[in-house]
Formats: sequence, structure tokens, C-alpha cells
Amino acid sequence: MGSALRLALVIAAKDVRAELRSRTALISALVFATLVLVIFFFARDPGAVATIDLAPSVLWITFAFAAIVALNRAFHVEREHGALDGLLLAPVPREALFLGKFLANVAFVSVVEAVALPLFVLFFNVGLAGALLPLAGVIALATIGFVAVGTVFSAMAVRTRFAELMLPVLLLPFMAPPLIAAVQATARLLAARPLSEVAGWLRLLALYDVVFVTLSTLLFPAIVDE
Amino acid sequence: MTALSPPEPLLADARRIVRRGRALSIIAAIGIAGVYVLALRFTPEEARQGLAQKIFYLHVPAAWDALLAFSLVGIVSALYLWLADPRLDCFAEASAEVGVAFSAVMLTTGPIWAKPIWGTWWTWDARLTLTLFLFFLFVGYLSLRAALHDPEERARFSAVVGILGLLLVPFIHLSVYLFRTLHPQPVVLKPSAPSLPSEMLRTLLISALCFLLLYVGLVTMRYGLGLALRAREATDAG
Repeated sequence: MGSALRLALVIAAKDVRAELRSRTALISALVFATLVLVIFFFARDPGAVATIDLAPSVLWITFAFAAIVALNRAFHVEREHGALDGLLLAPVPREALFLGKFLANVAFVSVVEAVALPLFVLFFNVGLAGALLPLAGVIALATIGFVAVGTVFSAMAVRTRFAELMLPVLLLPFMAPPLIAAVQATARLLAARPLSEVAGWLRLLALYDVVFVTLSTLLFPAIVDE
Repeated sequence: MTALSPPEPLLADARRIVRRGRALSIIAAIGIAGVYVLALRFTPEEARQGLAQKIFYLHVPAAWDALLAFSLVGIVSALYLWLADPRLDCFAEASAEVGVAFSAVMLTTGPIWAKPIWGTWWTWDARLTLTLFLFFLFVGYLSLRAALHDPEERARFSAVVGILGLLLVPFIHLSVYLFRTLHPQPVVLKPSAPSLPSEMLRTLLISALCFLLLYVGLVTMRYGLGLALRAREATDAG
């Protein structure tokens, strides 16, 4: 198990390095997330809807879109020049390969979220006060869950026509539970409600992560093995 | 170059299965016509809802079969990954397609009832939302199948979606339930005895039986067609 984890980290590090060298995907994703935030600010009647009422949904729709954009490219790069075949020929357990791709995707989405969150606070004039740490926890829990399923679907979608459309059609129903939980928890945290009010939502997120990270790890080999 | 036709015995098998499915579906359709008569003429009217309640005898059996269809897709998908028998994939495909049809019945009869009773076509109640997501899952599953060419790859990929989808259902239910709920509480499938007058229960159960037969008939037909299609693909490839 220890060696599988080490292999997963090697694969994740390879993806992160490739991303840092080209930077085009990461910068495009950041610009995309910022644009979504800006567009959302204007997608309301300023006289009727206060920004704070909309803020939690805006934050999570932005994160969801950014994650889909990020996941769409996750296996595209592996398909070019048959890179995935090379990876599959390497003596690496398929589960470690999944964990590596999964960790790289989590890293990519986390960077986008880490940049989008301060912009969100700035644009929507949200007071985070003491809520930053619990909010970071909610973001981490939700992101881990939908990126796990998204990594599996991304590996499938690249094999289809209309891959860019196939991924959201498959993934959005799976994003629904974490998004519902995350929006509810975020709204309560932004309203400075006590932590006990979000405990139920946090448990749901944690359970989702346990179930879907495990399942995705177990099912991924069925995607890449021919 | 002449196109090869699939071996005759395989096709004869498929034809026999399709014929059997068609016979079952016709019997079921006649039975459902009988259920209409039974529900409208020989079952008492519900005191508060009046005639609107009659749609219950279609809505509820369709919903049960949609859930059955979807559960079977998930279970058979898991079996496929284990046994790799193409017939299992063929069954999952058939069950998913018929499931979409039953979900569509459920999603159209529901609002028709809800408008006079709840005063609104649609509400984001827990079970409504869950069935809407079930419908989306089915549609996503079938779109994925349609977008893949290699039969073996299509079977593996869709099996993965089928399994993940089955495990997603409790999470969607839990999250939308925590969000809020207002759907009528279960009157038959619940831990205590059914709280439905016996004549209504009789009509409902007869209807459920006919719908189940229709599900079996349609799936059998679609399964037979799937077998024929696979025989064709195998001949084209070989």
C-alpha cells in the first residue's frame, strides 16, 4: 500500500509539473472562474436581491463550472501522443494510477478555488471573519468528492465523441449532493451561524467522500484495462 | 465484397425472444386498459381528491417499475464487471431504456395530479427531485452508450456508470430530503400495514402487476433486439 501511494504521488507530481511548465490550462481556468464570478454579480436585480443572498450559490456554481473545465482536460493531455498507453505499460497498479490523476485534479481545482475565494470575498463584499477555516473544510470535503467521480468520468468521456458535453451530462447529477450540502453549509457559515448547524451537512459530505473515493478507485481499472 | 450476415441460429434465438416479449407486452397493455376501467368504474372515489386521485393507479406502478429498472441496471452492471458476459450488458441496456420510458410516465402523470391537488405543476419536494435525477441518470447512461462504438468498451464504461448511479441514489435522497419535503407519505411500501382502503389497494396492486408485466415484456423485446444487434456487430467486426 505504501508503495502504491508513493507511485500515486509520482504520477500526481508529473501532472503538476506539466501544468506548471505550460500554465496555459491553469491560467485559462483562473480567468474562467473570475469571469463567472463577474457575470454572476450582474445576473440579478441589484434593487431586489442583495449580493449576500446570492453569494453561496454563486461561489458553488463557479467552483462546479471550474471543476468541470479542469476535469475536461485531465485525460485530454494523456490521450495526445498516446501518453496514457505509456502510463498503462508502466508497472503501476491501476488504483495508484487513479489516485495519482485524482490528486493532480484535486490540486488543480484547489488552486482555482484558492484564487477564486478571495476574489469572491472582494466582489461580493462577504465578511468571512471566523468562518474561513470551517469554510475551507467544506470546500475541501466537497471538492474531494466530486473530483473523484469526475476523474473516472473524465477518463471515460475522452473516449467519446462530444467529450466536453458528455462529462457535464454524466457528472452534474453526481455533483448535486455535494453542491446542495456545500451551499447550505456555506450559507450558514457566512451568516455566522454556530458550527453545530452545519454538522449534518459536513457528515453528508464526509460520507459522500468515503463512498465515492473508494468506489472510484475500485472501478477505475475497468475504464483503462482493455 | 459481400456483407456477411450473422449466423442464422443466433438470429433465430433473438427473433424468438422478441416475439415472446411482444406477446407479454400486448397482454400487459390489455391488462392496463382493464385497470383504467377498474379504476374509473369499480373503485371508490377518494373523498377529498375526487377524480384526480385516479392517476395514482398509473403514477405509482410506473414509479415502482422505474425504480426497479434502475436498481436492476446497477446490480446487473456489477455482475457484468465480475462475469464479463455480454448478455448482462444487453439486459442492462434494455432495462435502462424501458426505465426511461417509465420515468417519463411518472414525471408526466405526477404534475398532472399535482396541479389540482397541490396547486402547482412542480415543486422541489424530496421524492420529485429524486425521480428527476433518476431520469437524468438514465439519460446520461444512455447518452454515454450512444457515444461509444466499441461494444466491449461500451459495456465496461456503462457498467461503471450504472454502479455509481445506484450508489448515488441514497445521497441524492438524503440531501434533497434534508433540503425539505412535502410529498404524500408512502401508503403501501412502509413498515406498518398499508393505510389504503382495500378496494383502492386491490386496484393499485392489479395495476402494479400489469405494469410489471409490461416492464418484463418491453425489456424482453429490447433484449432480443440487443442480441440481434450484437450478433450483427460481431459479424461486421469479424
